Amino acid sequence: MSYVAIADRDHEQEHHDPQTFITKYIWSQDHKVIAVQYGLTAIFVGLIALGLSAMMRLQLGFPDQFSFINPENYYQFITMHGMIMVIYLLTALFLGGFGNYLIPLQCGARDMVFPYLNMLSYWVYLLSVIILLISFFVPGGSTGAGWTLYPPQAIMQGTPGTDWGILLMLASLAVFIVAFTMGGLNYVTTVLQARCKGMTLMRMPLSVWGIFIATILGLLAFPALLVSAIMMLFDKTLMTSFFMPAISSMGADPGYTGGSPILFQHLFWFFGHPEVYIVALPAFGIVSDLLSTHARKNIFGYRMMVWAIIAIGGLSFIVWAHHMYVSGMNPYFGFFFATTTLIIAVPTAIKVYNWVLTLWEGNIHLRVPMLFAIGFIFTFIHGGLTGLFLGNVTIDLPLSDTYFVVAHFHMVMGVSPVLVVFGAIYHWWPKITGRMYNETLGKWHFWMTFLGTYAIYLPMHYLGFAGVPRRYFAMGNTEFLPDSAQDLNAAITMSALFVAATQILFFINMIWSLLKGPKSDPNPWNATSLEWQTPDHPPKHGNWGHELPECHRWAYDYSVPGYEDDFIPQNVPPDKAPAGRDHGEDH
Amino acid sequence: MSEAVLDGGAQEVPGKEGLVEDWARDKQVFGVPWGKAMMWIFLLSDTFIFSCFLVGYMSVRIATTDPWPSPSEVFALQAFGYDVPLLLIAIMTFVLITSSGTMALAVNMGYRKDRNKTFWLMVATALLGATFVSMQAYEWTKLISEGVRPWENPFGAAQFGSSFFMITGFHGMHVSAGVIYLLVIAFRVRNGFYEKRGGNYEIVEITGLYWHFVDLVWVFIFAFFYLW
Repeated sequence: MSYVAIADRDHEQEHHDPQTFITKYIWSQDHKVIAVQYGLTAIFVGLIALGLSAMMRLQLGFPDQFSFINPENYYQFITMHGMIMVIYLLTALFLGGFGNYLIPLQCGARDMVFPYLNMLSYWVYLLSVIILLISFFVPGGSTGAGWTLYPPQAIMQGTPGTDWGILLMLASLAVFIVAFTMGGLNYVTTVLQARCKGMTLMRMPLSVWGIFIATILGLLAFPALLVSAIMMLFDKTLMTSFFMPAISSMGADPGYTGGSPILFQHLFWFFGHPEVYIVALPAFGIVSDLLSTHARKNIFGYRMMVWAIIAIGGLSFIVWAHHMYVSGMNPYFGFFFATTTLIIAVPTAIKVYNWVLTLWEGNIHLRVPMLFAIGFIFTFIHGGLTGLFLGNVTIDLPLSDTYFVVAHFHMVMGVSPVLVVFGAIYHWWPKITGRMYNETLGKWHFWMTFLGTYAIYLPMHYLGFAGVPRRYFAMGNTEFLPDSAQDLNAAITMSALFVAATQILFFINMIWSLLKGPKSDPNPWNATSLEWQTPDHPPKHGNWGHELPECHRWAYDYSVPGYEDDFIPQNVPPDKAPAGRDHGEDH
Repeated sequence: MSEAVLDGGAQEVPGKEGLVEDWARDKQVFGVPWGKAMMWIFLLSDTFIFSCFLVGYMSVRIATTDPWPSPSEVFALQAFGYDVPLLLIAIMTFVLITSSGTMALAVNMGYRKDRNKTFWLMVATALLGATFVSMQAYEWTKLISEGVRPWENPFGAAQFGSSFFMITGFHGMHVSAGVIYLLVIAFRVRNGFYEKRGGNYEIVEITGLYWHFVDLVWVFIFAFFYLW
């Protein structure tokens, strides 16, 4: 095949602009509409998960005060909260939402390479969400197995939701994986094959890099979850014994024999650990772009940032068993997995240093997206440092299954990515909707969320050190816990409710902006990347009008000496501006 | 890649950096149509699915305390009064590998734009695939009639039946999907569907990639399940 310069194969993509409301907004094949559909659905289920966490906190802070929370519900709340937040909110929002919106626009493509498949991806995702939500209403309720769904207890009598809840959970996961695969193939192929002329891989904004590598991780990690879900479905419905050892349940023999529960843990965490980075890498990428844009400075060490993303992605596949130090393993495995785990600190630290150095002597504009980006650096360093504790076998053993673990992973993959989600929504809101939001309200939202989440998770570290176990409905009369632990729990609950309520500010702001917000400038942040240079604002179907953009420089030409503006968009040709730096090498 | 792919004025860089430069260059990373690149990436993901199935099967085979049934006895067939081990499986494997051959010919004919031969070779591939699935159905029926179930079997460890039905079933679904896929594309080739789109028959090769993958997976299942 003859060479096509980063294809504008217009003839392959039939551009019949959708006319009716239904083809434009419902059965839409436009990546921007699909992104919004993904985003709205994910935020909707995310709010349900937020509600569930409020219920858990109510019980923990004020035990036995609320008659509608019993131990069974509590376990169901835990399970659904975790699963929804990790998979149906964060994975879907970063890859389905921001991935869909940003990849074609920042790469200078007209759309994803296969728009129809992209549309299917969203509708299958919606189906998985519906199956998940149905599980709340079946007899016995949703599953209460914990988000890790460990067998044997996940499918044995005594765990809430073993009749229908677990079946629907597993089915929903399988459907989600199908949806993700359809979308993920599109994202990867688009990045590899459909960039505009001049957009070399090493000129792509880091947002695209993060989403791209995260999608590859997803395509290789979700198979393990799919397989474990299928096996567990058979263990439940056909009485096979993949994960089930010979076991006695309530005095009776359920008929299982000789399976391996540890096999499930290996499969689950072979998915589960890359999943952490499926959520984190897009956040890394997006936050790099936010910091650089709002500090009016090029990202420090672009090349290293790219390599760090790739290195973290690769390493994430050989660390999974650090989730299983207490499961019983050959001690040498613990040695191996502790080593690989701690090695991840190296590329991660490179990224953190580079973010901080990007801010160094920058012309920092403390706008709302920037506040969230800087907030992310705090929470991420915090969660990353506690990760060093838990990565070591000897320190992990006493801390395992305590609130220290809860505090760690909420800091590092709960709060941090969510702060980036907010920052990214505020940052790209003008591009998506064409309107501005209220800056003051946004700042209030940031400060209350940021300080509030610290008030939630910082004390949890102390609870963990004191030995408070996680996933317990109530402490009872535990000798080794001082009464003050309960006071702390009450305070955490107050903060959690406060933070949950604060999110109303965000929705008020956004709805106000949609209805009455002032029209925004096409490039309100004076950003360089291509999505801000579209001929229409907000961009229309096909993104670029008649001609695709040409990229002439990297995405970080901020404050270049000798140029009138403090930014040079990627599509400004070299004869109109100083020759841009390519990918961060010094000139 | 020829000089034509070089970015305006860019120099060839030697060594490791050159490798990175090449990959990152101002062009499509893979010089193939989008659909083909996507099929390769999908197959990579699917490889992980089958790998997880096979690793899971090996793991439970090691974990179980009951003796593992001998595949050569369980899968033996009576022929001319003798028990021939793995007879049916051998024929099935032969049929499936043969279908890869007809598929390869179909791809060749596709690039020669010989629509008629492409059509018939794809149909032949699909028929061989359907034969494979039918023989698998026969094998399932025979084992079920001998008392093999996903949860138990008379020969030994229960995980034998569980893994067998799960893995061959998942593979059989892939073959069945492939048969449908082949037929759809074959009829489109014959109808001149692709003539309207610039007479481009790369889709035949993309279909072929999937088909060869399914064959290759069978070789691994054959080796790890039937021969081990």
